[in-house]
Amino acid sequence: MPQTPSQTVGPFFAYGLCPEQYAYDFTDLVDNQLVDPTTHPDPIMVVGKIYDGNNETIPDAMVELWQNDGEHKLFGRFGTGTDPENRFIFHTIKPKSVHGQAPFINVILFMRGQLIHSYTRLYFEDEGELNATDEVLNQVPEGRRKTLIAKKQGSVYELDIYMQGDRETVFFDL
Amino acid sequence: MSDKILNRFDPEYQPAKLYEGYKSTILRAPSKPLVVIKQSLSELTGPIFGDMNIKPLDHDLTKNSVKNGEPMGERMVVHGKVINEKGQPIPHTLIEIWQANAAGRYVHKVDKHDAPLDPNFVGAGRCMTDAEGNYHFYTIKPGAYPWGNHPNAWRPNHIHLSLFGPNITTRLVTQMYFEGDPLLAYDPIFKSVSPKAREFMLAKFDMERTEPFYALAYRFDIILKGPNATPFESL
Ligand SMILES: [Fe+2]
Repeated sequence: MPQTPSQTVGPFFAYGLCPEQYAYDFTDLVDNQLVDPTTHPDPIMVVGKIYDGNNETIPDAMVELWQNDGEHKLFGRFGTGTDPENRFIFHTIKPKSVHGQAPFINVILFMRGQLIHSYTRLYFEDEGELNATDEVLNQVPEGRRKTLIAKKQGSVYELDIYMQGDRETVFFDL
Repeated sequence: MSDKILNRFDPEYQPAKLYEGYKSTILRAPSKPLVVIKQSLSELTGPIFGDMNIKPLDHDLTKNSVKNGEPMGERMVVHGKVINEKGQPIPHTLIEIWQANAAGRYVHKVDKHDAPLDPNFVGAGRCMTDAEGNYHFYTIKPGAYPWGNHPNAWRPNHIHLSLFGPNITTRLVTQMYFEGDPLLAYDPIFKSVSPKAREFMLAKFDMERTEPFYALAYRFDIILKGPNATPFESL
C-alpha cells in the first residue's frame, strides 16, 4: 500500500498548531512545558536555535520534543517565531537511561522549506560515560556526534541545530 | 501505544528533502544522508491525545470562531478514514487542521496577501478518528493564494493536516488538495512527489455525503506508515 505523501508545514502553521504561543484566538493542545517548572523538583530547560545553509537563524520552524524513559512520557511543541532570538525553549526533565543507553530526547523539526519533517536526538553533555557506549551515538561518525550533544549550563541544556554545512546536525531515518 | 517496528518513509511516495522547484528547500533541506537507527522505546511510542483534548466545536471551522455571523464561502464536510499501509484503521488518533479562508487569506500575521480576512473564520481546527478510524470536519472551501516562489506563483486550494498515528515515527504533516484543480499542474509543492503519489493527496468530491441545503462533501483517506512485515535486522 502507498503512504500519504508528506508536504511542508508551510509558513502559516502557528495559528493552527501553536495558537496561544503566537497569541491567536484558538486554544493550544500542547505547549513548551513538558513539566511545570514551578512545581517539579528537577526541571531542566532545553534551548537552541536552528540555522539554515547560510548560517542564518530560522524564525519560522516548529520543534516537537518527545521523551519516554518508561516512567515519564512527555511531549511538547514550540515555534521559533516568538523568542526575540528565535530560539526554541522547553521546560522538561532529563529522561533516565533505558537498557544502559544514554538518555536522550527525540526532536522533530518542521518548517517551510522542508517537504518532510526531520528527526534528530538531543543527548546530554554531562552523560559522558553513557554517551561513549551508546549504540546510536556509536553509529554516528565520530566527528558528527557532537551535533547531537547539548551543552550544560546549570539546569539549561543548549543545542543548536544546523540544517546544512560543516556543522550539519545528524538526522535519523526512523 | 504500539511496540511494533514500523516501516520507513517510502521514497516512492514521499518527497525528496531537496526539490529545487520549491526554492526554500535549497537552504533548509538536510544535505547529508540520514542515519538509519533501530527504533527504541521512545521512537515506538508517542503522545496520546484523547477526546478530552478536543472542544465541542473544534471539528467545525465554520462555527468555532464566529464573531457576528457565518463565515463567507462554500461550506463543506471533509471526511475519510485514517489507515496504515496494511489497510488497518487507526482509531482515536488526532488530526490538526489549518487553512486559508475562502478568499485565500490566512489569519497568520505574516500573511500579507491583499485579500480580505473573514471576521468569522480563523481556519484552525482539530478532530479525532473514531473506533474505526473514520473522521470528519466541517469547514469552508479554502481559496487559492499567491506566493513568492517564482513569478506569478499560486498555491492550489489546500487544507493543511497534521497527524500523529501510533507513535512518533508515524508522524505526518500533509496537505489535502482538490481533484481537478488547474493550479495543481503548476505547484512545485504538490509536484515534489512522484506522479503516482500525487493522487493520494487529492480529495474526491463525494455526492453521497453532501448534506442537502447545507454542505458539499469531499472524501480524503490518509495512509500512515504501517508495521513492517519482516523483523528489523539488528544494526
Ligand atoms: Fe498553505
